[in-house]
Amino acid sequence: MTRSNLALLVLIACVAALPLFAGPYALRLGTIACMYAVLALSWNVVGGFAGYPSFATAAFFGFGAYATGVLLNDGVALTLSVVAALISSFALAALLGTVLLRLRGHYFAIASLSLVEVLREFVNNATDLTGGGMGLNIPLTSGSGILADASFFFFAMWGLLLATALVVIAVSSSKLGFGLACIRQNETASNMVGLNATLYKSIAFGLSACFVSAAGGIYAAWVHYIDPSDVFDILYSVKPIVMALMGGLGSPFGVVCGALLYLGLEEVVWRNYIQIHSGVLGVLIVILLLFLPHGLTSLRTSMFWRKAKHV
Amino acid sequence: MSEILRLHRVSRRFGGLTALREVTIGVNKGEVLGLIGPNGAGKTTLVNTVCGVTPASSGTVTFNDQDITRLKTYQTARLGLSRTFQIVQPFAEFTALDNVAAAALFSQPGTSLKSAREEARAHLNFVKLDAQADQSAATLTLAMRKRLELAKALAMKPKLLFLDEVNAGLNSAEVARATRLIHQLAASGITIVMIEHLMKVVLNVCTRIAVLHNGQLIADGPPRDVIKEPAVVDAYLGQQYAQRNAAHG
Repeated sequence: MTRSNLALLVLIACVAALPLFAGPYALRLGTIACMYAVLALSWNVVGGFAGYPSFATAAFFGFGAYATGVLLNDGVALTLSVVAALISSFALAALLGTVLLRLRGHYFAIASLSLVEVLREFVNNATDLTGGGMGLNIPLTSGSGILADASFFFFAMWGLLLATALVVIAVSSSKLGFGLACIRQNETASNMVGLNATLYKSIAFGLSACFVSAAGGIYAAWVHYIDPSDVFDILYSVKPIVMALMGGLGSPFGVVCGALLYLGLEEVVWRNYIQIHSGVLGVLIVILLLFLPHGLTSLRTSMFWRKAKHV
Repeated sequence: MSEILRLHRVSRRFGGLTALREVTIGVNKGEVLGLIGPNGAGKTTLVNTVCGVTPASSGTVTFNDQDITRLKTYQTARLGLSRTFQIVQPFAEFTALDNVAAAALFSQPGTSLKSAREEARAHLNFVKLDAQADQSAATLTLAMRKRLELAKALAMKPKLLFLDEVNAGLNSAEVARATRLIHQLAASGITIVMIEHLMKVVLNVCTRIAVLHNGQLIADGPPRDVIKEPAVVDAYLGQQYAQRNAAHG
């Protein structure tokens, strides 16, 4: 276990202490923080490890939300519904990956973006199953009371974050992670040394989808009502990429830091500049990326480096 | 001598361009075959076609009595076909050690990362890169990267090794060093097919030469005979080389 992976687990453990100190608002924020971290960590598998800039996060978020929502309406238990969403999205993404991941760079980005639109249209038109544009009401699943409800979903999302982090750490130090790093650096050479790049990329795409779907499922149960424009929001695709860039591409610890930083910025800016919050947030992100192109995790090493130069 | 590789009437077309035209050739176990010809003759395409990078448009490729015409690149790699690239293809962010470890790891399913790294060290030793093992591949000189390519190819435990211009861009001391390595490889029993423009190296190392021109095989045989053939002199070597060669005997 590397130091940065250990730091990641410590950070996640710290987040779990939140309910001890805070009320419903902080719990809501904590739940979103865990959700963002799951999204960013997942994106990092295909975008950071394998180097394929996917915009499909929103597609699998929406897929998970609707799969869970429909199952909950059929009376299936929450845990089972979320697990079903997780497994089916892994299979769906891995299958789609064998086709989509033949494209590279911008072309892959556009193709993955179109996946969001395709699924949104599908949900919009499958009115009998999903309620179409009218949205889908989801029965209450947790206990009564605002605070009990808030902490239940906080811990659900936190548990998912922990599971995601453990899987991502396992991947990063395994043969799979090594292979994905090879693919990112030189796919031709990867094939030539006997690496089945198509298989590895598909697994990576599946892994980057399954936890996102589970997060979508928990989100759906949490908010009790979803509609296509909410859960297939393109921002769910863009935000994880911004978080990963802010935190430090490729490093699981950095990506989670990026997610927390992003959420902090988003919340502060939204509170103070309610009329122009998107604009201010955008400017802040551009400034951050301009002056810290390798993300937060580069801060420490670059400071050491400077010190060494002066000595 | 038994054959390890056979191409039977292999053609490869890229749209209107026919890069390989009905090439039929065999490679014997243990020999060092030199593949020469002018630029654009189809030498690299031939290697790519055998390795599955650009599959044959028609014809068949057989490797150790197995039809590999339609196999993917990673599958041919696992069968024991390995190659170096004319333009070196390192994993730039990895250390030299991990570059070679990747080759050992993925070419033999079931290898662990740890044992692959141990194995990689031995191969780096062989190509005299042990001092650079922990340096990132991006920082190596061209000559070192070429040797790294070779170490990667060897880590795949090849039965047949394609060397695509391993000497291009090297100075004469480096060429001498690379030539010694090739001799050692051949002595260890690996069958080698090398694409090479330096005739001095070809004549020094190869036991047989095949000449490609416009995608067709125009000569095939012992080195001393092939370089005297008028078709080869016209297409590739040139009259000057032939005269000089005749003068030196």
